[in-house]
Amino acid sequence: MPDASDAAIVTTGLTKTYGSVTAVAGLSMAVPRGEVFGFLGPNGAGKTTAVKLLLGLARPTSGSATVLGARAGDASARRRIGYLPELFRYQVWLTAYEVLVLHCRLARIPTSRTRAEVERALVTVGLAERAHDRVGTFSKGMQQRLGLGVALLGNPEVVFLDEPTSALDPVGRKDVRDIIRNLRDRGMTVFLNSHLLGEVEQVCDRVAVVHHGSVIASGQLDALLSDSGVRVRVDGLGAATGKLQRFGELHRDGDWISVDGVALETVPDLVAEIVALGGRVYAVEPRHQSLEDRFMELLGGES
Amino acid sequence: MSATLTIAGATVREASRKKLVVALALITVVGIALTGFGFWRLTVLAHQLDRGAPRLDVAELKTVTSQLLIVAMFAFSFVLALSTVFMAAPSIAGELESGVAAAVLTRPIRRVQFLAGKWLGLAVLTAGYVVVASSLEFLVVDLVTGYRPPHPLGFMAFLTGEALVTLTLTTLLSTRMSSVTGGVVALGGFMLAWMGGIAVALGAALNNHGVATVGTLTRMIMPSDGLWRGAVYSLEPAAWIAGILGSGRTQAAANPFFAPSGPPVAYLLWVGVWAVAVFSAASWSFRRREI
Ligand SMILES: Nc1ncnc2c1ncn2[C@@H]1O[C@H](COP(=O)(O)OP(=O)(O)OP(=O)(O)O)[C@@H](O)[C@H]1O
Ligand SMILES: [Mg+2]
Repeated sequence: MPDASDAAIVTTGLTKTYGSVTAVAGLSMAVPRGEVFGFLGPNGAGKTTAVKLLLGLARPTSGSATVLGARAGDASARRRIGYLPELFRYQVWLTAYEVLVLHCRLARIPTSRTRAEVERALVTVGLAERAHDRVGTFSKGMQQRLGLGVALLGNPEVVFLDEPTSALDPVGRKDVRDIIRNLRDRGMTVFLNSHLLGEVEQVCDRVAVVHHGSVIASGQLDALLSDSGVRVRVDGLGAATGKLQRFGELHRDGDWISVDGVALETVPDLVAEIVALGGRVYAVEPRHQSLEDRFMELLGGES
Repeated sequence: MSATLTIAGATVREASRKKLVVALALITVVGIALTGFGFWRLTVLAHQLDRGAPRLDVAELKTVTSQLLIVAMFAFSFVLALSTVFMAAPSIAGELESGVAAAVLTRPIRRVQFLAGKWLGLAVLTAGYVVVASSLEFLVVDLVTGYRPPHPLGFMAFLTGEALVTLTLTTLLSTRMSSVTGGVVALGGFMLAWMGGIAVALGAALNNHGVATVGTLTRMIMPSDGLWRGAVYSLEPAAWIAGILGSGRTQAAANPFFAPSGPPVAYLLWVGVWAVAVFSAASWSFRRREI
């Protein structure tokens, strides 16, 4: 776990219960400044609730959290954050431009800078051409782009994005990934809620996997994913397959056998053994564990 | 500009773009035109000769006109209450449902500022509506019949007060209830207060303390009707009140279109306390509310 003193977000035993449902169960973690942090979990894991606690929209049942050194929800922290909610429909009677101007006022961005700030946000999220159309005429994806634009106003130090691409097409998703990378390059901290593992894998420096309200794994992405493994396409082994178990954990999938936990230098020994056992080898591939595999493995181990 | 004023401005702009407000403006204009036509027919009829003399003399015509104006304004006060409730019931609930509140309240703005901004925006709209619509109606009546109510400004102040009472209560409900539920409850409260007003008068007329006490309590809990009495009083020519009271027809006091006196100062002070208390309750409720 990173040093808490230079962290953008720190939570200690953060807990939230709704009646008998525990949405967030003793969350303790730290999100370093300037990183893109992926908060991953299946539906109902408590991701949205955790963000609401960090923003002060909901009150914790117990535990505490700080954002940028201030208690979660304090005005001094709120001045320096941006937030894209999960489900929203901004004022349909306003134009995109007017929604952004309203948020500039609320964020106390000086009037002299408002115009430039709004125009930059519109260009960033690709809505410049629809700036003066009413939000009521927007598609779901366009509304989500607008929400992202609102979250980015005024150069916040931390942005909370709660499933920013749920309504977007593949092009939109790529745009958002580029925007997030760009934010990181500018030194922003991004707290990204998602269950789109591919997305998280592509942009996040660090992830935490939550399930039933608690973190079941966290760390830098490469550390979290074990990349030691190999896939072999082979036939003619039959019952002798079991003898390969001393190399690592075996999974069979048709002609393919994957062996987890094999170090690179023992791969030639593995192949020699297969041949010695009478197997015919068609292909040997090193196997990087995908986040999805790891995610499934983690959730499987939990329930 | 402070956050409260920003929210108030946005609320006024929202209203200006809603069909509800346009429809309300149209209905009001039609209503004023129709009453104007009615008053004109009345004066024409009154001046028709019946066995050589006009049907109504000047004093009688004035009495009838003032009575009809009160009835017209009573209808207006109902439209006003309905529109206030329809505007205020979604003021907080709607923003919570749409997620606008979540985005706005993560800005450096306090919840009480958000609430006060919403209230202020709607209050300005309501007061503006009362002043414009009643001035127009009084003007039309004056042009057509030459009658002017004794205290037009007092009337506007009382009617605005009544609307603000309804607005404040509906705002409180909106912090916890869905738009529809809050609206229905607020209208229920308004109707109960109206019936409580009748109970007060009826209790007095029948010398029944129980009925009068229930009525008075209702008026304390929901002061909209208490203020309506003040509005009625502002429209009554003094001579007419004296006439009714002098005739000893105490049952007349039970008439919802008649007020023998304006609300006492103590009652007005109570309404002020009530408004502050209900707004504080709304603020407390909204601050505790999870989003
Ligand atoms: N206001 C609420 N009242 C009652 N229960 C709630 C409330 N908000 C969340 N919950 C419960 O808390 C749990 C976590 O919900 P949350 O919305 O945080 O999940 P999530 O990880 O964001 O899920 P998703 O991926 O579907 O968005 C769920 O069991 C949910 O039913
Ligand atoms: Mg969620």
